[in-house]
Amino acid sequence: MNDPVYLIACCLLILGAVFVLIGLLGVFRMPDFFTRLHAASIIDSMGTLLIMLGLMLMSGINLITVKLFLILLFILITTPTAAHALAKSALHGKLKPKLGDDKS
Amino acid sequence: MLIILTSLWLLLSGHYTGLILSLGLISILLVSVLSIRMQLLDYEQPDSFRQTVYSIPYGFWLLKEIVKSNIDVSLRILNPALPIKPQLYNLKTSQRAELARVSHANSITLTPGTISIDVDDDSIEVHVLSQSGLEGLLDGEMDARITRVEDRSYG
Repeated sequence: MNDPVYLIACCLLILGAVFVLIGLLGVFRMPDFFTRLHAASIIDSMGTLLIMLGLMLMSGINLITVKLFLILLFILITTPTAAHALAKSALHGKLKPKLGDDKS
Repeated sequence: MLIILTSLWLLLSGHYTGLILSLGLISILLVSVLSIRMQLLDYEQPDSFRQTVYSIPYGFWLLKEIVKSNIDVSLRILNPALPIKPQLYNLKTSQRAELARVSHANSITLTPGTISIDVDDDSIEVHVLSQSGLEGLLDGEMDARITRVEDRSYG
């Protein structure tokens, strides 16, 4: 249990969970749809990145590492596409983004 | 492509019973038929091996940018005053191929604080969360790096 790789993996997992929490907090705090998307992208990028890296370190070098890496790669490709689709349909659906530094 | 899909299936499943293998065969054929119907094959293909190799340094650079902007946006969220200044900006791009443009738009969206909303032939409509995010885009480094990868993989 005192293996340094295991400890690093634990730290990465906890850090990833912290970023997911921050992203979640951001989704609640942001004023409108578009700014909420920004907060959600923290969960997508930093959250998954750190958690996947942590799991990879924890599993050691084997087939599971390859699978986790593929999962990470596909998540990193598909989530921005989904976020883009949401933002585009929102803008074309005449949802006006709040501009400037006005706060609600 | 069939070879790649088959090896991917064998790598990921790890089961070699008749049922699983025949399910794999069906999915591989389905994916192939769909790709051909969507005309994804032979579609402005550069040398994909060189493209992959040249994309690796870009991936590491993008990772660094993602970490930086993540920390920036996280601090903004945790700040009680919520210091944000959302803006729409029409960013000029210099990529020619569609794949490179999509990569650019996806990189922008993947970086927290910036979301690409609309992609045109020579520009991307971007929604930015704060002034610092906009400045990060305006220095044009991401654009230059993707164009370099594109030039090299076609060259």
